[in-house]
Amino acid sequence: MGADANRGNRPLSPHISIYRPQITSVLSILHRITGVGMSVTAVLIVWWFIAAATGADQFAFIDGILTSWVGVMVMVASLWALWFHFFNGIRHLRWDAGVGMGIGESTRSGKIVIALSIVMTILTVILAI
Amino acid sequence: MSFLTEYKRVAGLGSAKSGTEHFVQQRLTAIALIPLTVLFLYTFIGALGSGHAAVIETYSRPAPALIAIMFIWAVFSHLRLGLQVVIEDYVPDHRTQQRLLIANALIWRGVAVVGLFAIARIAL
Repeated sequence: MGADANRGNRPLSPHISIYRPQITSVLSILHRITGVGMSVTAVLIVWWFIAAATGADQFAFIDGILTSWVGVMVMVASLWALWFHFFNGIRHLRWDAGVGMGIGESTRSGKIVIALSIVMTILTVILAI
Repeated sequence: MSFLTEYKRVAGLGSAKSGTEHFVQQRLTAIALIPLTVLFLYTFIGALGSGHAAVIETYSRPAPALIAIMFIWAVFSHLRLGLQVVIEDYVPDHRTQQRLLIANALIWRGVAVVGLFAIARIAL
């Protein structure tokens, strides 16, 4: 039990509250938040599919929600979350391969991810209209 | 516990309870989702808001249906693995964590199958 002697008493990592936010840490947190958030969107899309398979009335209900102004806001937010998670995920896969792990490179790739996520969100919205 | 040898306790499943399967599956599904996301988004933004008949018409075609099936399969595997880590990281109470992990392992597979059934029903 020696290792458990201080359980509940010791400082817990990560010490978020005493760190100045940096692009690397903020994007890491955003990667999780966008991932968790999009799980809800994924359920909405499955609902949309099962409603479409069921019948026109059932489909009209969920399609009406998704294409209402609240629904459009949720879908556009999800779209940004998708592109952010998409490009930041590629950034993570590069790190997994041992590429671009320097502090300067990580800051730069983070800025590229933010820029690409915004540009692709706008382009996709234009394509969808 | 006392019947287990020290070797048996560490063989295969250590205190981490798993090896590299989670890590590898998370990345394999991520790689699969790079093309699948782009392809699915292309069919989905065309279909969303275009009306019931147009949605049925789109996903009756083999390519959009197959893309949607592969996307849903990969995306629900990927998000189940991701949410598993979130639960492991942020739910300190052991019992609550175990219950949520069981729910997580079951619910997303269920939702995925509902999605796959819906697309198959439209396509076939």
